[in-house]
Amino acid sequence: MDFNYTDTQDMLRDTLARFLADTYDFETRKKMIASSAGRDPGIWRALATELGILSAPFSEEQGGLGGGALENMIMMEELGNVIAIEPYLQTVVIGGGALKASGGALADAVIPEIIGGNVIIGFAYAEPKGRYNLANVTTTAKKDGAGYVLNGHKSVVYAAPWATHLLVTARTGGSQRERAGVELFLIDANTPGITRRDYPTVDGFQASEVYFENVAIPGDALLSGGIDLIEKIVDEATVAVCGEACGVTRKLHEGTLDYSKQRQQFGQPIGRFQVLQHRMADMFLEVEQIMSMTLMATLKLDLPAEERKAVVSLAKAKVSRSAKFVGQNAIQTHGGIGITQELAIGHYFKRATMIEGQFGSADWHLDRYEALTLPTAA
Amino acid sequence: MNLEFSPEEIAFRDEVRTFIAENYPAELRGKQDEGDELSKEDFLSWHKVLAKKGWVAPAWPVEYGGTGWTPTQRYIWSEETARADCIRLMPFGLTMVGPVIYTFGTPEQKAKFLPRILSGEDWWCQGYSEPGSGSDLASLRTKAVRDGDHYVVNGQKTWTTMAQHADWGFFLVRTNPEGKQQEGISFLLVDMKTPGIEVRPIITLGGEHEVNEVWLEDVRVPVENRVYEENKGWTCAKFLLAHERSGIAGVAASKRGVERIKEIAKTEMDDDRPLLANPFFRRKVAELEMDLTALEYTELRTLAGEASGKGPGPESSLLKIKGSEIQQRITELTLEAAGHYGAPYFRGFGEGDNEHPIGPEYANRAAPSYFNMRKTTIYGGSNEIQRNIIAKMVLGL
Repeated sequence: MDFNYTDTQDMLRDTLARFLADTYDFETRKKMIASSAGRDPGIWRALATELGILSAPFSEEQGGLGGGALENMIMMEELGNVIAIEPYLQTVVIGGGALKASGGALADAVIPEIIGGNVIIGFAYAEPKGRYNLANVTTTAKKDGAGYVLNGHKSVVYAAPWATHLLVTARTGGSQRERAGVELFLIDANTPGITRRDYPTVDGFQASEVYFENVAIPGDALLSGGIDLIEKIVDEATVAVCGEACGVTRKLHEGTLDYSKQRQQFGQPIGRFQVLQHRMADMFLEVEQIMSMTLMATLKLDLPAEERKAVVSLAKAKVSRSAKFVGQNAIQTHGGIGITQELAIGHYFKRATMIEGQFGSADWHLDRYEALTLPTAA
Repeated sequence: MNLEFSPEEIAFRDEVRTFIAENYPAELRGKQDEGDELSKEDFLSWHKVLAKKGWVAPAWPVEYGGTGWTPTQRYIWSEETARADCIRLMPFGLTMVGPVIYTFGTPEQKAKFLPRILSGEDWWCQGYSEPGSGSDLASLRTKAVRDGDHYVVNGQKTWTTMAQHADWGFFLVRTNPEGKQQEGISFLLVDMKTPGIEVRPIITLGGEHEVNEVWLEDVRVPVENRVYEENKGWTCAKFLLAHERSGIAGVAASKRGVERIKEIAKTEMDDDRPLLANPFFRRKVAELEMDLTALEYTELRTLAGEASGKGPGPESSLLKIKGSEIQQRITELTLEAAGHYGAPYFRGFGEGDNEHPIGPEYANRAAPSYFNMRKTTIYGGSNEIQRNIIAKMVLGL
């Protein structure tokens, strides 16, 4: 057993942390969000070219640094530290992950473009009625000659307004909740027949409702692997979000601790009150457990599907619960000032709140864990 | 002892129900459910209907314009207004400064201010908290210095709810910097149009403009606008805080909130079943109803105590703690119900934006309401302070 990061991994973390410390202070982030694009494209370009770290989780043959899930975790944690609104999860973890797993000509063509910062991917999987069941898909992909025709509506597609490509789940056959027949397609975001309704999200991102109306796509847009592949990449994404939660909740805790040392009431810093000391001790315990669960799940992502799903669900359920606890108590300890747009703490709280439900709530994941591991009869 | 309504009470309930059905302003219907930000005119339109009927201040003594209802009738009233999803009236005049004025004010103050609170002519705001004085309210530093028949007020207040609309404000100010903090505070009624007052908006996490900073620079307030004796304002403040807390339980509104969650969860799908059939979600709704019922009957016991002559005491801290926690849990469950559609930030209100909602209508305000309602365990004396009050005043620790 070895819990040490390699020198390369330490360097990756340091490089990104230094870059974000210089470029991603809270006021700058605010300005990016308020700008018409809702982001600063220069940041993404710098991550790709100046720092060259979008290559971290790709193999050397693919032009990468030879990393994997652990590198994604490191990146996500650092991005979480500054509540970055960069499309790393969507583009590199999810899009890159799907291409790595499926391989082939499409992967060979697109991965270098991801690494180079030229491709941004939106993951169009959720539907208005499907909630967290990835197989509940009504969007259709009908075979049409060598290609397919897409029809349907995908909801809350993060990063879609910025995307060059969309990674879409669609049904080539079977009924609404059947596992067989659900496939994954990587398509040009500007294909005729795609329309979007763009909007900001409560956590500072941009997202869209994406509508497909007779969208003709080539046959090689299909990434082979079906629902098993989709579940695999969503599990990887779920753990990456846990990594982000490490950064987000650590900052919530640290910010609260700092504030409690400065804020004076009743003639002393509020951090002297035992009730708040215990609360901050409890927040600390939750942050530590988030980190433990994230690391555990990250290191077990390569297990066979059933075991992988079980550990990912256990981790995400814990992270969801802990993120809620840490976020709510950070605001409560700050008092009124925590509820204003002025302080960063409220914005960390918003992101923590969205992390709770992303790729499944605590209840949903506990349910999946139970179904996979706990027998119902003696 | 019995929990049944008498025939007279049932008749009263029917009267109230009919009155609301016939008189609640049509343009306000449904606004609560959407969680829209309400305008000054929205608040006043319902206020004025009730003022005309004489029902705007049920808790006031009859001589000042109250209804003379029994606690049971008041309970029925709050039940029925919540059941019909009526907007809540602004409390600053009706349940805060009004009772202070009729309890501690001079005959002239009563004659001048009470009718205008009832009619809705004056919109009030509360100048209590300061940047350095939140939970430790008695440490406040906004100072008022006597100059002939005026006080000259300088300082800064914060979290002043709806001050952007206010005609008048009631302010706690320091009139004596010496001695015990609580014994150097006075309670002033301030015309918000007085030169030297500046109201600056504070935007909160859901994007709302509800609260403000109020800056006071050489603001001249006539001495006749001081309520009660100089340096005895803390007595008024404590009296008011106890009143504020008893209204803060919000039982009737929370009942409506739970019903709304059930309505949402009946239609919202959780994969292959309605969300309300999801055992985890059902259990949370049931737990909410359990705690809300416990709160409701605790409030009823408190009200019964008040009817037999006990004023709202430190026990009202219990109502504030449990009531605020339940209000938060309701927004938490609503956000959970919204699923993916909790994420879009859609301001389809107040800005002339008539676009159709993104996803189900209720979902658009689910996250902003959840963020906003974190305030309930902070304002009106944070829940930590309420627990201190219980420990000290009730438990004698």
